[in-house]
Amino acid sequence: MKDYWIRFRHDRLALCGLVTIIVFVVAAILAPAIAPYSPSEQFFDGLTLEGSPLAPNSRFWFGTDTNGRDQFSRLLFGAQTSLLIGIVANFIAVLVGTCLGVVAGYLRGFVGAAIMRFTDLMMAFPPLLLAIALAAILKPGLNIVILVIALVNWVQIARIIHAETLALSEREYIEAARAMGASTWRILWQHLLPHLVPTVIVYATLGIATTVLLESMLSFLGRGVQPPTPAWGMMIFESQSYFLNAPWLVFIPGAAILILALAFNLVGDGLRDVLDPTQRGRS
Amino acid sequence: MLFYLGKRVAASLVILLGVSIVTFGLTFLIPADPVAMIAGRNSTPEVREQIRHQIGLDRPLPAQYAGYLGRLVRGDLGKSYARKSDVGTLIASRLPPTLLLMLAAIVAELLVGLPAGIYAASRRGRTGDKVAMMLSFLSVSTPQFVLGLTLLYLFSYLLNWLPLGGYGSFSHVVLPALTLGLGGGGWYSRMMRSSMIEVLRNDYIRTARAKGMPEWRVIMNHGLRNAILPIIAMIGLDVGIFMSGVVVVENVFGWPGIGQLMWQAIQSLDIPIIMGVTIVAALFIVLGNLIADMIAPLVDPRIRLR
Amino acid sequence: MKRILISAVAAIALMAAAPLALADAPKQGGAATITFNNDLTTLDPQVGYDWQNWSVIKSIFDGLMDYKPGTTELEPDLAENYTVSGDGLTYTFTLRDGVKFHNGRLMTSADVKYSFERAVNPATQSPGGGYFSMIAGYDDVAGGKATTLSGIETPDDKTVVFKLARADATFLHLMAINFGYIVPKEEVEKAGADWGKKPVGTGAFKLVEWVPGQNIKLERNKDYFRAGVPYLDNITFEFGQDPTVAVLRLKKGEIDIVGDGVPPAQFTEIMGDPANRDLIAEGNQLHTGYVTMNVAQAPFDNLKVRQAVNMAINKDRIVRLINNRAAPATQALPPAMPGYNPDNKGYAYDPEGAKKLLAEAGVGEIATELYTMNVDPNPRIAQAIQQDLAAVGIKAEIRSLAQAEVIAAGGAGKAPMIWSGGMAWIADFPDPANFYYGILGCVGAVDGGWNWSRYCNKDLDARAGKADAMVKADQSEARMNEWKGIFDDVLKDAPWAPIFNEKRFTYHSARLGGDPSLFTDPIHIPVNYDYIFAKDAQ
Repeated sequence: MKDYWIRFRHDRLALCGLVTIIVFVVAAILAPAIAPYSPSEQFFDGLTLEGSPLAPNSRFWFGTDTNGRDQFSRLLFGAQTSLLIGIVANFIAVLVGTCLGVVAGYLRGFVGAAIMRFTDLMMAFPPLLLAIALAAILKPGLNIVILVIALVNWVQIARIIHAETLALSEREYIEAARAMGASTWRILWQHLLPHLVPTVIVYATLGIATTVLLESMLSFLGRGVQPPTPAWGMMIFESQSYFLNAPWLVFIPGAAILILALAFNLVGDGLRDVLDPTQRGRS
Repeated sequence: MLFYLGKRVAASLVILLGVSIVTFGLTFLIPADPVAMIAGRNSTPEVREQIRHQIGLDRPLPAQYAGYLGRLVRGDLGKSYARKSDVGTLIASRLPPTLLLMLAAIVAELLVGLPAGIYAASRRGRTGDKVAMMLSFLSVSTPQFVLGLTLLYLFSYLLNWLPLGGYGSFSHVVLPALTLGLGGGGWYSRMMRSSMIEVLRNDYIRTARAKGMPEWRVIMNHGLRNAILPIIAMIGLDVGIFMSGVVVVENVFGWPGIGQLMWQAIQSLDIPIIMGVTIVAALFIVLGNLIADMIAPLVDPRIRLR
Repeated sequence: MKRILISAVAAIALMAAAPLALADAPKQGGAATITFNNDLTTLDPQVGYDWQNWSVIKSIFDGLMDYKPGTTELEPDLAENYTVSGDGLTYTFTLRDGVKFHNGRLMTSADVKYSFERAVNPATQSPGGGYFSMIAGYDDVAGGKATTLSGIETPDDKTVVFKLARADATFLHLMAINFGYIVPKEEVEKAGADWGKKPVGTGAFKLVEWVPGQNIKLERNKDYFRAGVPYLDNITFEFGQDPTVAVLRLKKGEIDIVGDGVPPAQFTEIMGDPANRDLIAEGNQLHTGYVTMNVAQAPFDNLKVRQAVNMAINKDRIVRLINNRAAPATQALPPAMPGYNPDNKGYAYDPEGAKKLLAEAGVGEIATELYTMNVDPNPRIAQAIQQDLAAVGIKAEIRSLAQAEVIAAGGAGKAPMIWSGGMAWIADFPDPANFYYGILGCVGAVDGGWNWSRYCNKDLDARAGKADAMVKADQSEARMNEWKGIFDDVLKDAPWAPIFNEKRFTYHSARLGGDPSLFTDPIHIPVNYDYIFAKDAQ
């Protein structure tokens, strides 16, 4: 373990990414302490006389939104929601999708086919309807968002991993390992998974950006985070049509999402280098 | 091969049936009363009962589903509550523009993503790679509405190079296709890069280089062929992803496709349209996956279809 | 009417008096293009009930009565004149000569009878058939027992006699709404289910082409019975146009009117640009935005709580939130509506007073839900209301949903509070009765009804019925006073918290001319297509 950490530490970029993530997480946790204002307080003078949002200024560092609320405070508090969604929901989706994809691709046969057809079914299903239905059973809010995202996003990675596993499992060294009597578990863990790690990293990191934006769509339909709770995806979505007139409302939360996803990517690449030394220096 | 195809087609039918059942069931969880919407503000309970009877909403659920399924296999998707016109005709008239848009978007994302991914892989670790990474993350994080609006503002309003939305000619398709596909292009470039790096590690690549093959040929002949397999699988996924994307993109660009239709139907809870679009979309998604799965062994002969 | 931010009516007092002041003389010819975000659903006058299709229908069809352009003043349209019997139970209309349908046939009284019967017949699924319930024979047709209205007689081709089961002072207004527009029977039957897509009427424009989901093209009716109008030769409606993009297209000169109005995001920018001064028409609407409170459920069954809500909301802040596109409302009726009481100042903004009232009511901390439609700016307004309520101790969770869902929740009586924005009441016709029965009267306080506060005051209902029985011309002022009293009492009971009365702003291109009131016509929403003209017509 300590060995891994030392190697990781030397990767400057990966370290940068890790620090960024820690900063985000800490900021989210300490939001009530650091935020200059309450995220839901709408200031009468937070809007111009004609009711337009204010650009960043000395009082509101990131400007105000269309209800006159401080963007900086909303960004901080929104980090709590968005980090949960981007990290946890995406993580669940990637985990489930990878497991199912590998199993389906390696075992094939009836099990594999059944899993893939189930994947087809889930994919053919509009996520919006699913969200509406779930919300009828559970109370709308963060849980629904995480559930829907996890339920919906796993199919993509399952299919990709399945395709790659199909190809990989025909390789000679897999045949050799099987011939030598290696157990299925060993083959999966030692021979297949390492080759799948790069793909998993792509989906785990890039997926953070897409899940946060998906949350906004769900909230718009009334099934996600309820106003005035801030969430980065919803903050962008609410201000989209103001983009030409008040671009900071979109740029700032958008930049936060972008930086978070990038940070995870750097960490992920670093992890890959650390875990598989044969690939060191190759990315 | 035919056996495999037959199995998949049979499975697809089951899937579509499943989608129709679940969607049908879900629509009853949607808390809206279409009769009140149609009947309007001044209707009496008697009038509403009459309308409910005319639409058939007073029959028990299984009977309603059976009726729905019976009409479905005959190609009749019912009548829209709000528009009183045939859902099937409505969808049929709007489907071609959406299909065109999706196709154009796939072309756009491949044109953008693949070269970017190859470039990043060949320059890995250096500045070119880092820039490409930034750009792909940027393209994925940008909401499509914002992207579309920006492209319109820049290229249509300020520069006048392309029309401000609308439908009809090649120049109309460029910006919507880019908007729909750019995010996907980001994914493709990352996957391509990652695949290429994996492939370029292999011994046969070293052999090719040792034999004196020029680098670009190494990449194109050996690297590309092997790295493209996950890409093919991703293209199959695109239909599904685009089905959600078109809702936004078609609205921004005034593109008369089923995305617009679905959006309006969700807002007014016009259930026949929602059901109809869902079934049609599911059909194309299943089809897309099937085609992707059929193409896979052509690209990588080691995959055998069972 | 149940739709969103649209046109306005020029202040009724001004418009009724002044003639249309035209800066340029109208020219014959030219074309105009108008964009809408949503599709037109149907052009069947007995069925269409959207603000988008109403104005188009008003240009393709006509009714017995209409309003002077840009105003809310009634005038005969297809009828040349009319007489009313002393008891108000018989209306006799004499039709104009020589009115032709677009297919060339002359219109007769049989067409009038057919059209009203069609509106009332349940097979048509008309949302407005119920408006004609005062015509004798209505119950039989609506109940499915008959297909002809015994109360409509056609002694000859040019005369129609309406016999009413009860006197109704709003009857002439009802002759001017879409559901009573005259349609030719043979075309309706020939088109069958497609009638909504192939309308044939007597109006100023005829339908040339309808590409579903894309556009509708209208062309001038050269045989229109009013000489000289319409001025435009062609009108094109384009659908699926996002308003933000539509504004860009207008600036570039590609289109002439943004049918949905100026989007909130660009409002300040466009209003602030001096080049746009003549291009933006402003007017008032017969609209009120309000918060309904469900009087059938705790805690809003307590009058003090409802009054406290009225006092807790800072209407000025909300008006600023929507870029001053509205004026704060003091009561249920909008200022442009007859029966509005300018002396009634309503509840003043007084959070301390609200807290006191709540303490007196003794209900403790209140946790409730505020429903709203999810299209901008309504969620923002709901959040502003939420903050004001929180300041006095009422915790309201926001449920931001699709329009149809909110309407369903309201109709089912499940929603404790609803912000009516986006669904709010715009009058179907300029009479206070239209603002009462459906949304404040007992008849609307049922499942599926639009009286979302389930407010049912039988005493007020009785007074309303009496007021509407005052049909004589010399009783009209007394009738208005009756209605004033009724609405004053409604305000005291506070089933609603009225928030603002929205104004309408129409942004149009420089090449379109016409009095500003035509671009914010209270009845032909958003624009009165019959009377606008193109300045660049050859």
